[in-house]
Amino acid sequence: MKITKIFLTLLILVLLCACQKTPSTLTVMTHDSFAASEDVVAEFEQQYHVKVNFLLSGDAGSTLNRAILAKGAPLADVLFGVDNTFLSRALSEEIYEPYVSPLLDQIPSELQLDPQARALPVDYGDVCINYDKAYFEQDDLPLPASLEDLTLPQYADLLVVENPATSSPGLAFLLATIAEYGETDYLAYWQRLQNNGLVIVNDWETAYYTNFSGSSGQGAQPMVVSYGTSPAAEVIFAEQELEEAPTASLVGDNMCFRQIEFVGILKGSRQAELARAFVDFMLGKTFQEDIPLNMFVFPANRQAQLPQEFIDHIQEPDQPAELPLETIETNRDRWIEEWRQLMLK
Amino acid sequence: MLRRKTTLVQTALWLLPLAFLLVFYFYPLGTIIKVSIDRWLQEGLGGWNTEIIQRAIGFTFYQAGLSTLLTLLLGIPAAWLFSHFRFKGKQFLRVAVTLPFILPTVVVAAGFNALVGQSGWLNLILMKLFDLSHPPIAIQNSLLAILLAHVFYNISIVIRVISSAWEQADVRLENAARTLGAKPARVLWEITIPLLLPSILAAFLLVFLFDFTSFGVILMMGGPRFTTLEVEIYIQTMHFLNLPLASLLALIQLGFSMLITSAIIRMGRMVIVPIVPKAREDSFKKPNKFSEKMIIFSISTILCCVLLMPLLALIAQSLLVQEMVPDGSNDFRWQISLSFFRQLFNNPRQSIFYVPPVQALRNSLLYALSASCLSVTLGLMLAGVSRTNHFFRKMLNWLVMLPLGTSAVTFGLGLFLAFGLQAGAPQWYPFLIPLAHALIGLPFVLRLVEPALLAIPRNLHWAAQTLGAAPRKVWRHIDLPIIWRAALTALVYAFAISLGEFGATSFLTRPDIPTLPIAIYRYLNLPGGANYGQAMAMAVILLIVCAAGLMVVDCLQNYQVDHPNTQEMNDNA
Repeated sequence: MKITKIFLTLLILVLLCACQKTPSTLTVMTHDSFAASEDVVAEFEQQYHVKVNFLLSGDAGSTLNRAILAKGAPLADVLFGVDNTFLSRALSEEIYEPYVSPLLDQIPSELQLDPQARALPVDYGDVCINYDKAYFEQDDLPLPASLEDLTLPQYADLLVVENPATSSPGLAFLLATIAEYGETDYLAYWQRLQNNGLVIVNDWETAYYTNFSGSSGQGAQPMVVSYGTSPAAEVIFAEQELEEAPTASLVGDNMCFRQIEFVGILKGSRQAELARAFVDFMLGKTFQEDIPLNMFVFPANRQAQLPQEFIDHIQEPDQPAELPLETIETNRDRWIEEWRQLMLK
Repeated sequence: MLRRKTTLVQTALWLLPLAFLLVFYFYPLGTIIKVSIDRWLQEGLGGWNTEIIQRAIGFTFYQAGLSTLLTLLLGIPAAWLFSHFRFKGKQFLRVAVTLPFILPTVVVAAGFNALVGQSGWLNLILMKLFDLSHPPIAIQNSLLAILLAHVFYNISIVIRVISSAWEQADVRLENAARTLGAKPARVLWEITIPLLLPSILAAFLLVFLFDFTSFGVILMMGGPRFTTLEVEIYIQTMHFLNLPLASLLALIQLGFSMLITSAIIRMGRMVIVPIVPKAREDSFKKPNKFSEKMIIFSISTILCCVLLMPLLALIAQSLLVQEMVPDGSNDFRWQISLSFFRQLFNNPRQSIFYVPPVQALRNSLLYALSASCLSVTLGLMLAGVSRTNHFFRKMLNWLVMLPLGTSAVTFGLGLFLAFGLQAGAPQWYPFLIPLAHALIGLPFVLRLVEPALLAIPRNLHWAAQTLGAAPRKVWRHIDLPIIWRAALTALVYAFAISLGEFGATSFLTRPDIPTLPIAIYRYLNLPGGANYGQAMAMAVILLIVCAAGLMVVDCLQNYQVDHPNTQEMNDNA
């Protein structure tokens, strides 16, 4: 029974490893899209003599869900990445410890959605429709200027969107249409979209890389629900150097939905002091200026400088769609259900 | 004294796997059910929509049944080919059919898209050839895409399971029937099929369970109009945090898989015909007749079309780089280049989560190796006692199948809740992942090894025992040499499952120890041609390494032919 012996030895090893404790670590729970530069994080680690551990826990929704399930005995000290579409779930589950950071002064008040400062805004980005510039130029097609324009026959079969039940940008776009048409009329609008040959897929990866004609996947639809910053990413991550982005965003009024991402200290953290320092660090200039090229969203801190690629290739909407937090929280699940009933028959 | 020791060993043989199953499967499952009941009592069962759920159940069965039948339909002729003939490129083809198993769905979707998407090559070629204005093939978001992807993923199970049984089937029976004047159809119906039925049923069960709980394929290839139970569980868990409903659905799914599993295991038991396994050498022949050559040619062409083309498309995607034509016009041309592979080794953004591909590959392989060794060890232990009539052991044999029919989301969340929440738990994650993978691989080991073991005629054992061989000796000199190849095949699958598993893994990953599939997803998280290209390049690396590994295993299996034990046994028989 050699094999059994090996197996037992392995088990004991596992136990031994588990018992080891590393000195002073700060754990930050966040979603899979989180990214930062090595030296920026190292700066914090050196200043506070601490090791920062990141726990990537799936997309934004499932990260929050895991934090909720771990309530009371939190896995981490800091939770980053809950956005305004799910913020009220986080607040009503009471997972955060309030912290009024002195840096909140540098952050525009319209981003500060929680007056009790349990969740502090770190960055924001717009979910917008991206379009394939070449397609529109080639066909001399004017750009749609409003959500309603998308139902015109000239844009038939040209748009791909994500299922709001499985995708965060999909949900944001659904919310934009509700902000524009209201609870009474949004379903009728989606019906018109569907009659105009709307394509629906489940996830952003498929929409962008399989369906969208402006990406490497060379799909069939020249318009996709994506992020306002995607054109800049297309330039930065181009196969060959590009002067100009191959895509751009439609930024008409109410066509984009602004997602704001928050950070908060988890209740029950045993290192509240360090956690506060880390929140300050995330809101501070160094980290804020590191955000754009890592996560492709805008820093919340007004003093942070934007990289040139952002200034050159990104259009920001003058009037993004907005919905009050409470309205989203009370209705979100029902809206998604109603949408599924109508669209996925 | 000897007898006492034997029972002790035998008890240990089934107690260990049982303990493993209890701790790493039933405990997490129990935890998630308990949490769900707590939340149910607090909040009630929201979001229950009979219509959606009924539709999900119906469609789950429909697509799984159809996919499985289609896979068998294509797989059985291929199994015949592999088990009867020796031809050029056989080893290559056998390795190639197993490769899809290890690929993440997102990459397979990209491969299919490059091939049959709107501007995929097939469409472009057809449009050029026939001067069409619209792409003639449109399979995105259709049932056909789901079926194709399922065949693509699972056909190797059918081929491997059935061909290994077919190789061992005794030709003398068929020959005798023919000599007695039976027509080919009758030989097929009354001799060949009954002999193969246990392995056909085993293949059916494995493929069906895979299709039944399929997730990525439905989500990415089928699109939102198709909802299976697994997809609905995912939506209810991840998006609505409606754990009561998600758990209820997971239990419904588990119930159905249990029913199917027990029915098929029972059928499999009834139809097993003990046969003397024979050496493989004489069963392969070179195709001589023209008709044979034609059949072989057409079967392997179909296999290539279904299995190889998407893989080739993937490789092409990783090598083709768009380049501006230097004459100043705005045209692009395609260029073959290794630049995506080179970029994989750079970290231009100095990202804290950057992991060199070699390291991600090493993580993946380590996980897969430990998981597959663990499941084969446990599987052999279980198979060793499967012959006894002890009630609990029979139960266990059946319980082992459950992880394959369990929702990966539910199981992953259960593991997370059961083991992932204690202080310092993330340190455990690297050890939990192979354990979870071993659980999912275990059904394969058992279903592959058990039929081989049960088919060994008992008189071989009795003869050995009469001659004074201890049970351990019987096991080593009779059972092990016979099931060795089946065990290796099982090892390959356990390995491949571990490499490709995503659902349960995603609950336990740590960013500093990513697996290759997770690294691939990270690239596809952001827009940009270079990200897409690097994701494809990483998938190709995964492909190449696995192909090399499979080649080695394949050679090992062929080496077995000359193993003295088998030879001897056949002479004796």
